[in-house]
Amino acid sequence: MSATLQPVATVAPRRFGGPLAGAWSHPVTRVGAVLTLAVLVLSLVGPALAPHATTDFVGPPFSPPIEGAPLGTDYLGRDVLTGVLNGGRSLLWMAFASTALGVGAGVLLGMVAGYARGLLDDVIMRCLDVLYAFPYIVLVLLFVSLLGSPAWLIVLLVAIGWVPGVARTTRGITLEVCTREFVEAAEVLGTPRRTILRREVLPNLTTPLLVEFALRLTWAVGVIAGLSFLGYGVQPPASDWGLMINENRNGLAVNPWGVLAPIGCIAAFAIGTNLLADGIGRTLAGTDRAVGRP
Amino acid sequence: MSAITAQEPGLAPARRARPGGLGLRWIAWRLVLGVLVVLAASVIIFLATTALPTNPAQAILGKQATPDAVARLTASLGLDRPIADQYLSWLGGVLQGDFGTSLASRRPVAEQLGPALENSLVLLLLTALIAIPASVLLGAVTALRRDGFFDRATLLVSLGLTAVPEFVIGMLLVILFATLVFPVLPAVALIPAGANPLGYPRELALPVLTLVLAVVPYLYRLVRNTMIDVLDSEYVTMARLKGMPARIVLLRHALPNAMIPVTQASAVILSYLLGGIVVVEYVFRYPGLGTLLTEAIGNRDIPVIQATALVLATGVVLFNLAADVLTVALTPKLRTGGRR
Repeated sequence: MSATLQPVATVAPRRFGGPLAGAWSHPVTRVGAVLTLAVLVLSLVGPALAPHATTDFVGPPFSPPIEGAPLGTDYLGRDVLTGVLNGGRSLLWMAFASTALGVGAGVLLGMVAGYARGLLDDVIMRCLDVLYAFPYIVLVLLFVSLLGSPAWLIVLLVAIGWVPGVARTTRGITLEVCTREFVEAAEVLGTPRRTILRREVLPNLTTPLLVEFALRLTWAVGVIAGLSFLGYGVQPPASDWGLMINENRNGLAVNPWGVLAPIGCIAAFAIGTNLLADGIGRTLAGTDRAVGRP
Repeated sequence: MSAITAQEPGLAPARRARPGGLGLRWIAWRLVLGVLVVLAASVIIFLATTALPTNPAQAILGKQATPDAVARLTASLGLDRPIADQYLSWLGGVLQGDFGTSLASRRPVAEQLGPALENSLVLLLLTALIAIPASVLLGAVTALRRDGFFDRATLLVSLGLTAVPEFVIGMLLVILFATLVFPVLPAVALIPAGANPLGYPRELALPVLTLVLAVVPYLYRLVRNTMIDVLDSEYVTMARLKGMPARIVLLRHALPNAMIPVTQASAVILSYLLGGIVVVEYVFRYPGLGTLLTEAIGNRDIPVIQATALVLATGVVLFNLAADVLTVALTPKLRTGGRR
């Protein structure tokens, strides 16, 4: 409706790269991208920049910033800065892997269910209903704590948790896209189903799926960092932000950096991806998903 | 909710045929689903805990026990029977309120489970009592002053708060109010066993505040968006045009309608919080179900792990079911069977 009143505002960005260009014009998106990229770069090049080895003792436990350890030392006397520079990789790759896996599987199931309709749709969606109703966090906690928390298990469990929600969103949009003329035209031309899904349906899902991906990434960081905070993720002496927070919280009054630095990194990344989700989501009418919980 | 909205008119005409059917049928499906999920969860929990490499009999008797004694205790605990047998007798006991005996304390699990459940419920209900009115107020104010400075600022803060995991919120509160900035509250909630946590308001303050900050951003946004829809509706315009004072339009027309999604969301939020309290209780060492679970996992105390996980899982399903029932009860179109 307002689009007809303001043709310049809506048409102009679309000519150059579609809704993503529109999203980029929101300052929220830019701040989110900067935060996300900053933490990504920090965790990727961090290990090369670290002044010490992760297992080196550089001073007494919980000493405040001293020479050679600008953020002080941790509960064993290791350098906090080195820990922070090394502690992001495990969290971030697990968050990315689980989100990619979960969103990928959810999209596939949702597209198939939405395009096939009928019995297949019913079977897929009812099975996902069961999964959706599952007391998911409790079971993740149980499995990971009992089975010794290898990284692949955490990735797999978190990914499974994302499937039903993503599949529902995808199915809804697929149902709507499939009623449009270009899909009917492709069907009339005898295009194989797989090709229709890939060429006609998938491109229409790009923006909502980007929102979905950024959101799930935010939540995955929360779940995975929470698990390692509880001691069920990466095991010491490896460095990990969630683990560091738990290890160093007893020395909070003496050297707060051991807790503040990893908290800052986790928060910056999670807020960054959430702002990205919000910014991209604003280009979709009626979407207000970024303020939510898994 | 989406199961209802997915059945748009024209897409599934066959399902809308029977009057009075849609809402009730949906609830019935949810009920069946709930029972199925709890059963499936109990199987998964049981299998996961019996797959543990440690033999409970060995754990009870210690490392010095003779193989003979271990074998005898294994037999008397029934651990040499087939898994299916063990599962059924465990489930039978649970249905009669018998959760077995803790390996660590040698007391009935139910004795530990009861107080922990009460403590966790106190935490949840206090959170709900504070978070829901706060969200309604915040949502109403931001909807009335839409796109103003306060609305934008609140949105930015809530985008940050929902992104950050609960334990990070908890740790930040500890830093702010318990150690570095204003050291006025205790960092850990040391509430003696058996005491009523309501008698320890200072200890409760930070855990409750953490959970409130975790859910208010989500709830208030829901109130705000619903309120905006309602304020833009024709009946509110009508009420305004006939000269009804703004305060009464708000209280009589806008707020009651905005409460519908909030009621549903509150039930969903409670089920979500049951997962969230595990980490938050761990941050503050609050003696609830979460702490019971993490401690039992540390001790490899299998009967306590099984019982706590099952109670948490059942609670999640129950709150979700409550949300579904409220959805149907509060939506006239569903209650009367989808006739227009």
